[in-house]
Amino acid sequence: MTAVLEKRPGGASVARPPARRRRRGRGRRLTILAFTAPWLIGLTLFFLYPAVATLVYSFTNFDLIDNPTFAGVKNYVFLFTSDPLLWTSIGNTVWLTVALTVGRVLFGLVAAVVLVRIKRGAGIFRTLFYLPALAPPVAASLAFVFLLNPATGPVNQFLHLFGIQGPLWFNDPAWAKPSLAVLGLWTSGTIIVIFLAALLDVPGELYEAASLDGANGWQQFRSITVPAISPVITFAVVNSIITGLQYFTEAVVAGAVASGSSYTSGSSNNLGYPSNSTLTFPMWLYEQAFHQFHMGYASAMAIVLFIVSGVFTVVLVNRMRSAGIGEEEE
Amino acid sequence: MKRRTAAVLAVLAVPLTLAGCTGVGSASSGGAQSAPAADQKVTLTVWSAFSDRELKGLGEVMDGFHKLHPNITIKNVGNQDDDKITQSIRGGTAPDVAISFSTDDIGQYCSSGAFQDLSSYISRDKVDLTQIPQASRDYTTYKGKRCAMPLLADVYGLYYNKAMFAKAGITAPPKTMDELAADAKKLTQYNSDGSIKVAGYVPTPGFYENTVQALSPQFGAQWQDSSGKSTVATSKGWQDMLTWQRSLTNAMGKDKLTQFTAKAGDEYSAANDFESGKIAMIIDGEYRTAFLKAEHPDLAYGTAPFPTFHAADYGTAYTTGTIIGIPKGASNTGAAWELVKYMSTQTKPLVQLANLLGNVPTTADALKSPDLKLPPQFDTFLTLSAGGKLQNNPPSPNGGAYIKVMEDFDLKYVTGGTNDLMGGLQQAAKQIDADNALGQ
Repeated sequence: MTAVLEKRPGGASVARPPARRRRRGRGRRLTILAFTAPWLIGLTLFFLYPAVATLVYSFTNFDLIDNPTFAGVKNYVFLFTSDPLLWTSIGNTVWLTVALTVGRVLFGLVAAVVLVRIKRGAGIFRTLFYLPALAPPVAASLAFVFLLNPATGPVNQFLHLFGIQGPLWFNDPAWAKPSLAVLGLWTSGTIIVIFLAALLDVPGELYEAASLDGANGWQQFRSITVPAISPVITFAVVNSIITGLQYFTEAVVAGAVASGSSYTSGSSNNLGYPSNSTLTFPMWLYEQAFHQFHMGYASAMAIVLFIVSGVFTVVLVNRMRSAGIGEEEE
Repeated sequence: MKRRTAAVLAVLAVPLTLAGCTGVGSASSGGAQSAPAADQKVTLTVWSAFSDRELKGLGEVMDGFHKLHPNITIKNVGNQDDDKITQSIRGGTAPDVAISFSTDDIGQYCSSGAFQDLSSYISRDKVDLTQIPQASRDYTTYKGKRCAMPLLADVYGLYYNKAMFAKAGITAPPKTMDELAADAKKLTQYNSDGSIKVAGYVPTPGFYENTVQALSPQFGAQWQDSSGKSTVATSKGWQDMLTWQRSLTNAMGKDKLTQFTAKAGDEYSAANDFESGKIAMIIDGEYRTAFLKAEHPDLAYGTAPFPTFHAADYGTAYTTGTIIGIPKGASNTGAAWELVKYMSTQTKPLVQLANLLGNVPTTADALKSPDLKLPPQFDTFLTLSAGGKLQNNPPSPNGGAYIKVMEDFDLKYVTGGTNDLMGGLQQAAKQIDADNALGQ
């Protein structure tokens, strides 16, 4: 034990609290620590440690077997100067992020607006719209590849009835990403339910008053509905952007199945099929880490993805807030 | 503030320290360990990706080793692929012996020391490596370091439907790529709506075994020069191969071929399109004979060396295979080597396994063994294997990275995604070299 005096703002020295009070304070801190321990341990093990390890590995050569060796900024230099597939994967990721965000938010909002107006059988329709969200991503992807099979799929067979030659869907580099976007819309039930809950929460008297003032449906939607549910719109946009930036499972499974390759899903041979048109940034990161044994380089890619996601989210939230979207009403 | 800085540095040091723990440390000394004494009981754990019938068969083959070495018991563990083998090496729980179905990772296994260098054992026991075909010797070494032994090989050739050949008036299998293209067009049948009913040959890159690895030797296309630099832009064979594939694809109809392959049956099932009579000719490994025997015993088919671009190269064939090695961290290295040596150099186990799996044995004696009980169509592959013209794709320290680069460009060019053949090949070579430089 060292000094026992402390200074008050006024400059007068006062004695420390008695030992019993200090013990009580220490006990309180221990109690708080004990209650927060599960969260702290989880945060440390599953976020802080992996994050720090990834940062450190990003400056090393690490082949998963030998010990990592320091490589300076070599991985970052390679990332921005020597990896042409990186830019392909970034382009695909941006395409999917924009398509999924715009599509899911618009489709979710329109679907919710329609669902909220349905009076008879509302429960059935709401369930039907939500159900696809429960389908595991692998199963949903398999089902879509089957539905959109250019030769035997029911969609093209239906189009054929009208003399329309359907596209090659997942087998055509130009159609593979739009096919994935359609799959994304089909599984956007969670967003629909969230919009639905938000719409049901808008006070009915606001619409009544606006109606008495002569506002038409569009004016009511623009001036009442959108401001009232703007926090939910913000959430849906941010959620969809993060989903797009992390897009992986559906693209891996759909590419593997559509390629007809006997190699398993996720193998180098069918990743990004056809012609890397579905190769996303996380898929390329995975390929580098676990197939090409460039864990150091993959860590550098992960750091860049983390920074981009963080910056994107912060900028977007700030821009939406400055535009008055996403602010809770006082 | 100083304390905080120290804490941050300590946290940053943790991953590298732990990485040091999770890595497997320094390579083994390289000295050959002696086999256990006859009274010293040892249990060897053997991992492979075999399952069910094949795993049981492997166990029966290894029983022969146990009879020779009653003190060495074998624990035969199946369903262990390369990812699991790598994880076990990193985690310090590696098996004594690992069997891998792929040669793609041999470069990494050898260069990182994940599989132990077998040179000291081979020289100590005077193993005659010349018994093994050169190509199989090549795909089990990396930069002169032998860290695995071949355990049966896959050799690729042409399979053709005899009834379709007879109906089209084709009397002999094609020997050149020009002949193959002509026969393919002759054998292709179309439905009334223009879609393909029966394909003479499917040139689509990546379809079944129509891979860049399997086809490139037939065009004399070389992957790299003696210094390891990519030659995909300078080796004329690549231009010939992609041009040939694109020409045949255009002749048969790009979209028609895509629709045809989209409804093709699973390659490793009875629904395989060659087996079910929807394709007249395919490139495939010798193992297809075993599938055909089991699934379509009545199909009249023949096998032949796969055609080559230059007639003089006829008899060239792609080969790859199963490999067996001793992972770093194996606890019974001396006994493990005895098993590796038995499985990869002795005629009896190689013939037993070849009969069981329908693969090509990997020693000269086993290739000539009268105990091989394989269908007559298998002779093509035995002849190819002994013919001295087998080729394989080179090992690299980053798995099959260079294969993906070429597969991607091959598909893009052949399906009309680009018309710039030379530009694409130059870009591919540049990318392959850049990928190889990463991590060095």
